[in-house]
Amino acid sequence: MEAVRVPPFERFYEEQREPVLGQLRRMLGRDAADDAFQETFLRALRAYPALQHGRHLRAWALQIARNVALDAVRRDRATSAEVPDLESVDEPLPYEELRRLTAELPQKERAAVFLRYGYDLSYEDIGNALGSSPEAARQAASSGVRRLRKKELS
Amino acid sequence: MTVSAELDRRFRDAAAAEGLLDVAYELHDTPVGRLFVAVTDHGVCEISYDADPDAEAERLARAFGTRVLRSPTPTDDARRQLDEYFAGDRREFELAVDLRPARDFGRAVLEQLARVPYGEVTTYGTLAAKAGRPRAARAVGTVMNRNPVPIVLPCHRVVGSTGSLVGYAGGLDRKRTLLELEGALPVA
Repeated sequence: MEAVRVPPFERFYEEQREPVLGQLRRMLGRDAADDAFQETFLRALRAYPALQHGRHLRAWALQIARNVALDAVRRDRATSAEVPDLESVDEPLPYEELRRLTAELPQKERAAVFLRYGYDLSYEDIGNALGSSPEAARQAASSGVRRLRKKELS
Repeated sequence: MTVSAELDRRFRDAAAAEGLLDVAYELHDTPVGRLFVAVTDHGVCEISYDADPDAEAERLARAFGTRVLRSPTPTDDARRQLDEYFAGDRREFELAVDLRPARDFGRAVLEQLARVPYGEVTTYGTLAAKAGRPRAARAVGTVMNRNPVPIVLPCHRVVGSTGSLVGYAGGLDRKRTLLELEGALPVA
Protein backbone atom coordinates (compact mmCIF):
# COMPACT_ATOMS: atom_id res chain seq x y z
CA MET A 1 0.00 0.00 0.00
CA GLU A 2 1.23 3.44 -0.85
CA ALA A 3 2.43 5.44 2.13
CA VAL A 4 -0.07 8.09 3.16
CA ARG A 5 1.68 11.09 4.51
CA VAL A 6 0.47 12.54 7.82
CA PRO A 7 -1.29 15.77 6.80
CA PRO A 8 -0.58 19.12 8.46
CA PHE A 9 -2.58 19.26 11.69
CA GLU A 10 -4.68 22.06 10.23
CA ARG A 11 -6.10 19.72 7.63
CA PHE A 12 -6.67 16.95 10.15
CA TYR A 13 -8.49 19.40 12.42
CA GLU A 14 -10.65 20.80 9.61
CA GLU A 15 -11.66 17.33 8.49
CA GLN A 16 -12.34 15.85 11.94
CA ARG A 17 -13.71 18.70 14.05
CA GLU A 18 -17.34 18.27 13.04
CA PRO A 19 -17.61 14.49 13.44
CA VAL A 20 -15.73 14.77 16.74
CA LEU A 21 -18.08 17.45 18.07
CA GLY A 22 -21.06 15.36 16.93
CA GLN A 23 -19.86 12.32 18.83
CA LEU A 24 -19.04 14.33 21.96
CA ARG A 25 -22.50 15.92 21.98
CA ARG A 26 -24.17 12.54 21.69
CA MET A 27 -22.11 11.24 24.61
CA LEU A 28 -22.03 14.28 26.89
CA GLY A 29 -24.63 16.84 25.88
CA ARG A 30 -23.98 20.24 24.49
CA ASP A 31 -22.11 22.08 27.28
CA ALA A 32 -19.76 19.35 28.42
CA ALA A 33 -19.05 18.58 24.76
CA ASP A 34 -17.43 21.99 24.29
CA ASP A 35 -14.79 21.36 26.97
CA ALA A 36 -14.24 17.84 25.72
CA PHE A 37 -13.82 19.15 22.17
CA GLN A 38 -10.79 21.20 23.14
CA GLU A 39 -9.32 18.38 25.21
CA THR A 40 -9.79 15.91 22.35
CA PHE A 41 -7.81 18.01 19.89
CA LEU A 42 -5.13 18.91 22.43
CA ARG A 43 -4.63 15.19 23.05
CA ALA A 44 -4.51 14.60 19.31
CA LEU A 45 -1.88 17.34 18.98
CA ARG A 46 0.27 15.79 21.70
CA ALA A 47 0.14 12.41 20.00
CA TYR A 48 0.41 13.75 16.44
CA PRO A 49 4.20 13.64 16.00
CA ALA A 50 4.15 9.92 16.79
CA LEU A 51 1.78 9.07 13.91
CA GLN A 52 3.51 6.91 11.33
CA HIS A 53 1.06 7.45 8.48
CA GLY A 54 -2.09 9.32 7.58
CA ARG A 55 -4.52 6.40 7.31
CA HIS A 56 -7.62 5.91 9.50
CA LEU A 57 -7.42 9.40 10.96
CA ARG A 58 -11.20 9.63 11.36
CA ALA A 59 -11.26 6.48 13.49
CA TRP A 60 -8.27 7.73 15.47
CA ALA A 61 -9.91 11.09 16.19
CA LEU A 62 -13.20 9.49 17.23
CA GLN A 63 -11.35 7.07 19.52
CA ILE A 64 -9.63 9.97 21.29
CA ALA A 65 -13.00 11.74 21.59
CA ARG A 66 -14.53 8.60 23.09
CA ASN A 67 -11.72 8.36 25.65
CA VAL A 68 -12.05 12.02 26.59
CA ALA A 69 -15.83 11.63 26.97
CA LEU A 70 -15.45 8.54 29.16
CA ASP A 71 -12.93 10.36 31.34
CA ALA A 72 -15.38 13.24 31.71
CA VAL A 73 -18.21 10.90 32.69
CA ARG A 74 -15.97 9.18 35.26
CA ARG A 75 -14.84 12.50 36.70
CA ASP A 76 -18.41 13.64 36.89
CA ARG A 77 -19.43 10.56 38.81
CA ALA A 78 -16.54 11.01 41.23
CA THR A 79 -17.46 14.56 42.13
CA SER A 80 -21.24 14.18 42.13
CA ALA A 81 -20.86 12.75 45.59
CA GLU A 82 -22.09 10.36 48.07
CA VAL A 83 -20.86 13.20 50.19
CA PRO A 84 -22.91 16.36 49.79
CA ASP A 85 -20.99 19.54 49.10
CA LEU A 86 -21.05 20.61 52.72
CA GLU A 87 -20.00 24.20 52.18
CA SER A 88 -22.83 24.86 49.76
CA VAL A 89 -25.72 23.17 51.61
CA ASP A 90 -28.19 25.75 52.80
CA GLU A 91 -30.09 23.62 55.27
CA PRO A 92 -28.46 21.87 58.20
CA LEU A 93 -28.06 18.22 57.24
CA PRO A 94 -30.16 15.58 58.96
CA TYR A 95 -28.13 14.48 61.98
CA GLU A 96 -28.32 10.82 61.06
CA GLU A 97 -26.69 11.46 57.72
CA LEU A 98 -24.05 13.70 59.21
CA ARG A 99 -23.33 11.18 61.93
CA ARG A 100 -22.82 8.44 59.33
CA LEU A 101 -20.69 10.63 57.07
CA THR A 102 -18.36 11.83 59.79
CA ALA A 103 -18.09 8.57 61.74
CA GLU A 104 -14.50 7.93 60.68
CA LEU A 105 -13.12 11.43 61.09
CA PRO A 106 -10.65 12.23 63.86
CA GLN A 107 -12.52 13.38 66.97
CA LYS A 108 -11.81 17.07 66.77
CA GLU A 109 -12.55 17.35 63.06
CA ARG A 110 -15.72 15.36 63.48
CA ALA A 111 -16.92 17.70 66.19
CA ALA A 112 -16.07 20.78 64.16
CA VAL A 113 -17.81 19.49 61.02
CA PHE A 114 -20.78 18.37 63.07
CA LEU A 115 -21.20 21.67 64.88
CA ARG A 116 -20.65 23.74 61.75
CA TYR A 117 -22.83 21.86 59.30
CA GLY A 118 -25.25 20.11 61.70
CA TYR A 119 -25.88 22.91 64.16
CA ASP A 120 -24.91 25.80 61.91
CA LEU A 121 -22.79 27.34 64.68
CA SER A 122 -20.28 30.11 64.03
CA TYR A 123 -16.58 29.25 64.25
CA GLU A 124 -16.39 31.45 67.31
CA ASP A 125 -19.02 29.33 69.06
CA ILE A 126 -17.42 26.13 67.85
CA GLY A 127 -14.06 27.34 69.14
CA ASN A 128 -15.62 28.03 72.53
CA ALA A 129 -17.25 24.62 72.59
CA LEU A 130 -13.98 22.87 71.70
CA GLY A 131 -11.75 25.06 73.81
CA SER A 132 -9.82 26.40 70.84
CA SER A 133 -9.61 29.57 68.76
CA PRO A 134 -12.18 30.30 66.03
CA GLU A 135 -9.38 29.92 63.47
CA ALA A 136 -8.44 26.49 64.79
CA ALA A 137 -12.12 25.50 64.65
CA ARG A 138 -12.34 26.64 61.05
CA GLN A 139 -9.23 24.67 60.18
CA ALA A 140 -10.53 21.55 61.86
CA ALA A 141 -13.83 21.78 59.97
CA SER A 142 -12.23 22.37 56.61
CA SER A 143 -9.66 19.65 57.11
CA GLY A 144 -12.55 17.33 58.01
CA VAL A 145 -14.37 18.24 54.81
CA ARG A 146 -11.19 17.65 52.79
CA ARG A 147 -10.78 14.25 54.36
CA LEU A 148 -14.36 13.34 53.46
CA ARG A 149 -13.78 14.36 49.86
CA LYS A 150 -10.61 12.34 49.62
CA LYS A 151 -12.32 9.30 51.01
CA GLU A 152 -15.15 9.64 48.57
CA LEU A 153 -12.73 9.80 45.65
CA SER A 154 -10.73 6.76 46.65
CA MET B 1 -22.45 19.65 13.61
CA THR B 2 -20.93 23.06 13.03
CA VAL B 3 -18.10 24.11 15.31
CA SER B 4 -18.82 27.64 16.54
CA ALA B 5 -16.30 30.37 15.85
CA GLU B 6 -15.73 30.77 19.57
CA LEU B 7 -15.06 27.08 20.19
CA ASP B 8 -12.75 27.02 17.19
CA ARG B 9 -10.82 30.07 18.35
CA ARG B 10 -10.52 28.68 21.87
CA PHE B 11 -8.89 25.51 20.62
CA ARG B 12 -6.53 27.36 18.30
CA ASP B 13 -5.43 29.60 21.18
CA ALA B 14 -5.06 26.72 23.62
CA ALA B 15 -2.95 24.75 21.15
CA ALA B 16 -0.50 27.64 20.94
CA ALA B 17 -0.63 28.48 24.65
CA GLU B 18 0.29 24.89 25.52
CA GLY B 19 3.30 25.06 23.22
CA LEU B 20 2.07 22.18 21.08
CA LEU B 21 2.59 23.71 17.64
CA ASP B 22 5.52 23.36 15.25
CA VAL B 23 4.15 26.25 13.21
CA ALA B 24 1.35 28.78 13.80
CA TYR B 25 0.09 30.87 10.90
CA GLU B 26 -2.42 33.54 10.04
CA LEU B 27 -3.48 35.49 6.96
CA HIS B 28 -2.99 39.21 7.16
CA ASP B 29 -4.24 41.99 4.91
CA THR B 30 -1.74 44.70 3.94
CA PRO B 31 -1.43 47.37 1.23
CA VAL B 32 0.46 44.82 -0.91
CA GLY B 33 -2.24 42.20 -0.54
CA ARG B 34 -3.04 39.36 1.79
CA LEU B 35 0.07 37.85 3.37
CA PHE B 36 0.48 34.37 4.78
CA VAL B 37 2.49 34.84 8.00
CA ALA B 38 3.92 31.82 9.82
CA VAL B 39 6.00 31.56 12.99
CA THR B 40 7.79 28.84 14.96
CA ASP B 41 9.34 28.94 18.42
CA HIS B 42 12.47 30.23 16.68
CA GLY B 43 10.84 33.17 14.92
CA VAL B 44 9.08 34.10 11.70
CA CYS B 45 9.58 31.25 9.25
CA GLU B 46 7.46 32.33 6.31
CA ILE B 47 5.79 35.32 4.74
CA SER B 48 4.12 34.66 1.38
CA TYR B 49 2.24 36.66 -1.20
CA ASP B 50 -0.83 35.16 -2.87
CA ALA B 51 -0.42 31.97 -0.88
CA ASP B 52 -2.61 28.90 -1.06
CA PRO B 53 -2.78 28.17 2.70
CA ASP B 54 -3.24 24.42 2.22
CA ALA B 55 -0.17 24.17 0.03
CA GLU B 56 1.87 26.32 2.41
CA ALA B 57 0.78 24.21 5.38
CA GLU B 58 1.96 21.09 3.52
CA ARG B 59 5.31 22.68 2.79
CA LEU B 60 5.75 23.90 6.37
CA ALA B 61 4.81 20.47 7.73
CA ARG B 62 7.65 18.93 5.73
CA ALA B 63 10.14 21.60 6.82
CA PHE B 64 9.26 22.06 10.50
CA GLY B 65 6.97 19.23 11.63
CA THR B 66 3.36 18.24 11.08
CA ARG B 67 1.81 20.28 13.88
CA VAL B 68 0.98 23.23 11.63
CA LEU B 69 -2.15 25.12 12.66
CA ARG B 70 -3.80 28.40 11.82
CA SER B 71 -3.51 30.17 15.18
CA PRO B 72 -3.42 33.97 15.17
CA THR B 73 -2.01 34.81 18.59
CA PRO B 74 1.59 33.65 18.06
CA THR B 75 1.72 35.74 14.88
CA ASP B 76 0.37 38.91 16.53
CA ASP B 77 3.75 40.55 17.06
CA ALA B 78 4.89 40.01 13.48
CA ARG B 79 1.58 41.23 12.05
CA ARG B 80 1.59 44.32 14.26
CA GLN B 81 5.12 45.20 13.13
CA LEU B 82 4.10 44.72 9.49
CA ASP B 83 1.19 47.12 10.06
CA GLU B 84 3.59 49.66 11.55
CA TYR B 85 5.97 49.24 8.62
CA PHE B 86 3.23 49.85 6.07
CA ALA B 87 2.00 52.86 8.06
CA GLY B 88 5.51 54.31 7.79
CA ASP B 89 6.01 54.06 11.55
CA ARG B 90 8.64 51.33 11.53
CA ARG B 91 12.00 51.20 9.76
CA GLU B 92 13.43 48.08 11.33
CA PHE B 93 11.76 44.85 12.30
CA GLU B 94 12.43 43.54 15.77
CA LEU B 95 11.62 39.95 14.98
CA ALA B 96 13.54 36.73 15.23
CA VAL B 97 13.64 34.89 11.92
CA ASP B 98 13.71 31.10 11.67
CA LEU B 99 16.18 30.22 8.92
CA ARG B 100 16.80 26.64 10.02
CA PRO B 101 15.88 25.15 6.62
CA ALA B 102 18.31 27.48 4.79
CA ARG B 103 21.70 25.97 4.00
CA ASP B 104 25.21 27.37 3.75
CA PHE B 105 25.37 29.96 0.99
CA GLY B 106 21.65 30.69 1.10
CA ARG B 107 21.79 31.36 4.81
CA ALA B 108 24.93 33.51 4.47
CA VAL B 109 23.20 35.60 1.81
CA LEU B 110 20.02 36.01 3.87
CA GLU B 111 22.08 37.07 6.86
CA GLN B 112 23.79 39.73 4.76
CA LEU B 113 20.45 40.76 3.30
CA ALA B 114 19.12 41.43 6.80
CA ARG B 115 21.72 44.23 7.12
CA VAL B 116 20.62 46.24 4.10
CA PRO B 117 19.10 49.37 5.68
CA TYR B 118 15.62 50.79 5.20
CA GLY B 119 15.38 53.20 2.29
CA GLU B 120 18.58 51.97 0.59
CA VAL B 121 19.24 49.50 -2.18
CA THR B 122 22.12 47.18 -2.92
CA THR B 123 22.96 44.92 -5.87
CA TYR B 124 22.99 41.17 -6.35
CA GLY B 125 26.75 41.34 -6.95
CA THR B 126 27.44 43.31 -3.76
CA LEU B 127 25.44 40.85 -1.71
CA ALA B 128 27.28 37.93 -3.34
CA ALA B 129 30.60 39.49 -2.40
CA LYS B 130 29.51 40.10 1.16
CA ALA B 131 28.41 36.47 1.44
CA GLY B 132 31.89 35.43 0.33
CA ARG B 133 31.26 34.52 -3.33
CA PRO B 134 31.72 37.66 -5.42
CA ARG B 135 30.95 35.89 -8.72
CA ALA B 136 27.68 34.37 -7.51
CA ALA B 137 25.30 37.25 -8.33
CA ARG B 138 23.01 34.87 -10.20
CA ALA B 139 22.87 32.46 -7.26
CA VAL B 140 22.00 35.42 -5.04
CA GLY B 141 19.07 36.08 -7.38
CA THR B 142 17.85 32.55 -6.74
CA VAL B 143 18.18 32.98 -2.99
CA MET B 144 16.21 36.24 -3.19
CA ASN B 145 13.54 34.54 -5.23
CA ARG B 146 13.14 31.92 -2.52
CA ASN B 147 13.49 34.28 0.43
CA PRO B 148 11.20 32.69 3.04
CA VAL B 149 10.42 35.97 4.80
CA PRO B 150 10.18 38.83 2.29
CA ILE B 151 9.62 42.36 3.64
CA VAL B 152 11.20 41.39 7.00
CA LEU B 153 14.30 40.21 5.14
CA PRO B 154 14.30 43.01 2.56
CA CYS B 155 14.96 41.33 -0.78
CA HIS B 156 13.01 44.21 -2.35
CA ARG B 157 16.11 46.32 -1.62
CA VAL B 158 18.26 44.27 -4.01
CA VAL B 159 18.44 45.57 -7.59
CA GLY B 160 20.52 45.05 -10.72
CA SER B 161 23.90 46.70 -11.20
CA THR B 162 22.29 49.16 -13.63
CA GLY B 163 19.65 50.07 -11.07
CA SER B 164 16.86 48.12 -12.78
CA LEU B 165 14.51 46.33 -10.42
CA VAL B 166 15.13 42.97 -12.16
CA GLY B 167 12.65 40.70 -10.34
CA TYR B 168 10.63 39.98 -7.25
CA ALA B 169 8.84 36.83 -6.12
CA GLY B 170 5.78 38.92 -5.28
CA GLY B 171 5.88 40.74 -8.61
CA LEU B 172 7.66 43.94 -9.62
CA ASP B 173 4.70 46.14 -8.70
CA ARG B 174 5.09 45.15 -5.10
CA LYS B 175 8.84 45.66 -5.17
CA ARG B 176 8.24 49.15 -6.51
CA THR B 177 5.56 49.86 -3.88
CA LEU B 178 7.86 48.82 -1.03
CA LEU B 179 10.77 50.91 -2.32
CA GLU B 180 8.48 53.91 -2.78
CA LEU B 181 7.16 53.46 0.74
CA GLU B 182 10.73 53.55 2.01
CA GLY B 183 11.58 56.59 -0.10
CA ALA B 184 14.21 54.66 -2.08
CA LEU B 185 12.34 55.34 -5.32
CA PRO B 186 10.54 58.47 -6.37
CA VAL B 187 6.81 57.80 -6.29
CA ALA B 188 5.69 57.13 -9.86
